[in-house]
Amino acid sequence: MDVAIRCHNLRKTYDDKVEAVRGLDLDIQVGECFGLLGPNGAGKTTTIEILEGLLAPTSGEVSILGRTWQEQGRELRELLGISLQETKFSEKLTVRETIGLFSSFYRTPSSPAAILTELSLNDKADSWVGKLSGGQRQRLAVATALVGNPKILFLDEPTTGLDPQSRRQLWDILGRFLERGGTVLLTTHYMDEAERLCDRIAIIDHGEVIAQGTPAELIAQLGAHQFVEFTLDSNQDGLNREVWLSLPGVESIRDEDGVVCLNVREAAETIPALLSAVQQRRARLLHLTTRQASLEDVFVGLTGRHLREE
Amino acid sequence: MARTTQEPAVSEVIPSRPADPLKTNPRWSGYAHLLLARMRELQREPEVIFWIFVFPVLLALGLGIAFRSKPIDITEVAIISRPGATRVLDLLKKSPQSALIHADILSAPDALNRFRMGKYALVIDPADSYEYRYDPARPESVLARSLVDAALQEGAGRKNPLTTSSRATSEPGSRYIDFLIPGLLGMNLMNSGMWGIGFAVVDMRQRKLLKRYVATPMRRSDFLLALTSSRMVLMLIEVGLLLGLGVLVFHMRIMGSLVAILLLGVIGAISFGGLGLLTASRAQKIETVSGLINLVMLPMWVFSGVFFSYERFPAVIQPFIKALPLTALNDALRATILEGVPITAQAGHLLILALWGGLSFLLALSWFRWV
Repeated sequence: MDVAIRCHNLRKTYDDKVEAVRGLDLDIQVGECFGLLGPNGAGKTTTIEILEGLLAPTSGEVSILGRTWQEQGRELRELLGISLQETKFSEKLTVRETIGLFSSFYRTPSSPAAILTELSLNDKADSWVGKLSGGQRQRLAVATALVGNPKILFLDEPTTGLDPQSRRQLWDILGRFLERGGTVLLTTHYMDEAERLCDRIAIIDHGEVIAQGTPAELIAQLGAHQFVEFTLDSNQDGLNREVWLSLPGVESIRDEDGVVCLNVREAAETIPALLSAVQQRRARLLHLTTRQASLEDVFVGLTGRHLREE
Repeated sequence: MARTTQEPAVSEVIPSRPADPLKTNPRWSGYAHLLLARMRELQREPEVIFWIFVFPVLLALGLGIAFRSKPIDITEVAIISRPGATRVLDLLKKSPQSALIHADILSAPDALNRFRMGKYALVIDPADSYEYRYDPARPESVLARSLVDAALQEGAGRKNPLTTSSRATSEPGSRYIDFLIPGLLGMNLMNSGMWGIGFAVVDMRQRKLLKRYVATPMRRSDFLLALTSSRMVLMLIEVGLLLGLGVLVFHMRIMGSLVAILLLGVIGAISFGGLGLLTASRAQKIETVSGLINLVMLPMWVFSGVFFSYERFPAVIQPFIKALPLTALNDALRATILEGVPITAQAGHLLILALWGGLSFLLALSWFRWV
C-alpha cells in the first residue's frame, strides 16, 4: 500500500518553552481513516496543522503522498481538503457562493451543485452562512474541503459540539469519501467516533503517541474485554482489593470514588462469584453493571485519567 | 430548533458522488471569485453603504449649506441715548446705505454691554462730535465703522466726487464648498481605504478565514489583488458621487480632466490601501486594528486640510503636514479639480503618495500574518 501521510520525530516548541509535540511518528496508508485521539491540549491540533503545512515544525520530517511542503507545497494544496477546528465563513455569503468561491481556487474541482447535493445542503444553498445551524455550518466546512476533489481529507474535531443526528450525518459523508478511495486524517476527543469511524488510531497525550493500532487491537491490549462495575453500601468490612482480585476471571481492578471497576475476561464467569462473596460478608450491592471495554478504558489504563477530564 | 427541520438522511439522496470529469478552472477564476465575493459582502453590509456613500454626501450637504455664500448682512448699530440720538437715526435713514444698517437707541451701559456681547457691531455716541466705539479685532466692527461713517456723511449731504456702484458676485471655484468637496473626497478615500482593507483583513484573520484560504491552492497575490480591486470599484463610485453632488447641487465647476481626477483616485486608493494593509498586517483582533487605524488617521483628519486650509498651522510643522499622504492627495485633488493643474505638474504630491503606498505595501507583505 502507498503511504499517504508520514511524519518522523515531529517536534513543535512554542516560544522555546511549551512543547506541544514531542517526537511524533505517524505512518498513514492511502485509503485509511486514521484518528488522532486525545484529550484537549494533547497536541492534536498542532500535529494536524503541521501535517497540513499551515505550521512549521520545530524539527522532524513530514511527507504527504511522497511530497514535502518545502518543495511541492502548491501541488500538495491541490491534493488536500482541509477543515480547520473553527472557521467562521463570511456570514453574508450564501452557502452556494461560499462553496463556489472555494471551488474556484482548485484546478479541477467538483461542481458546487454536486457537493451541495452530497452534503444535503440543497435546502440551504441560498441562505446566508450566518443563518445556518451548527450542524449545517460543519457540513459547509466539510463541503469546502471536499469541493477541490482531494485525495486526503484533514478534519480537526469535525463533530465537536454537534447533536447526534448531525454527527451521524457527517460520519456517513466521510464513509462515502472513504469508499471512493479517499484517505482521512481526523482528530477527535470522542472515543465512540474514533471507534466507529477509524481504521487505525493513535492515542496522543502530552504531545506523544502513547498507543497506536486498530481500535480492536488497542482494546485487546487491555487483556480483557469486559468490565463489571459495582457499588456497595458503607458496610464493607473485609472487602478489599485482594478479595476482588481473587474472583475468577478478574485481570485488574480500579476504584473510582467508591465504584469498583473489575476488568474481566468474561462477565458471566465473574458475576456469580462476586454475588456470593458479597452475600457471605453481609454487604449490600447498591449498583451493578457490565459493559464492553472501550477506547476510553484504554486511555484510562494508559494514563490514569479520563479523556474528557478537565 | 435544529431538530424540527429534519433533513433527509444523506445516503438516500445520492448513492455516490457524480463522477463526471469536471471542467478545469482558468488561471484567474480564484481572483474573480474573491473579488465577486468581496463585492457581494460589501453590498450586503448596510453599514458599509452608509459610511462609504451616504455619510460623505450628508457631510458635504450639511457643510455646504451651513457655509453657503450668505446674502449681505445687516449691520447692527447701537446709538447711546442722548439729545442728538434721534438726529443720528434720521441721518442714517436718509442715507443711501439705510437698507444695510439697523440702529437702536439705548442707554450707555446697555449699549456698551450688548456691544461687548456681540449683538451690535458698533456703538455711536452722539455727544459733541460723533464718536464711534468699535473693536479693531472684530472684522464686522471695522466694516461697520466705515459703513456708518459713510452713511452719516452722505446722509448729512456730502457729495462724492466719483460715481461708483457695486454688484455682489459669488463665483463658483472660490467658495467654501469648492474647497470642501475635494477635501471630503480625499478623506473618504483615506477612510474607506484604511477600513475597507485593514478591517476586512483582520476580520478574516480573526475568523480563521485567512488561514482557511491559505489551506487551499489560492494564490496569496490573487487575494491581495482582489482586495485592491474591490477598493478601485468603490473608489469609482465614491469619486462619482461626491463630484456629481458638487456639480449638480452646488454648481461646482470642474477644471481638470476626469481622467486626471480618476488617476488621482486610483493612486490615493492604492496608497491608503497599502497603509490599511500595513496596520492590519499582524493584528489578531478587530479591537486592536480599530485602535491602530484611528491612530494613523487622526493626525490627517486634523492637519491635512480637509475642512480648512492647513496654512493656518504654524510654519514649523508645515513640512510634517505636507509629508502626510492625505495632505498630498488633498492638494493634488484641489489643484486638479479647482485649478485644472495637469497631473504632470504634480510630481511632488504623487511621489509622496507613491512612497507611502509603496513602503507600506512592502512592509505589510513582509510582516503579514496569514495563519
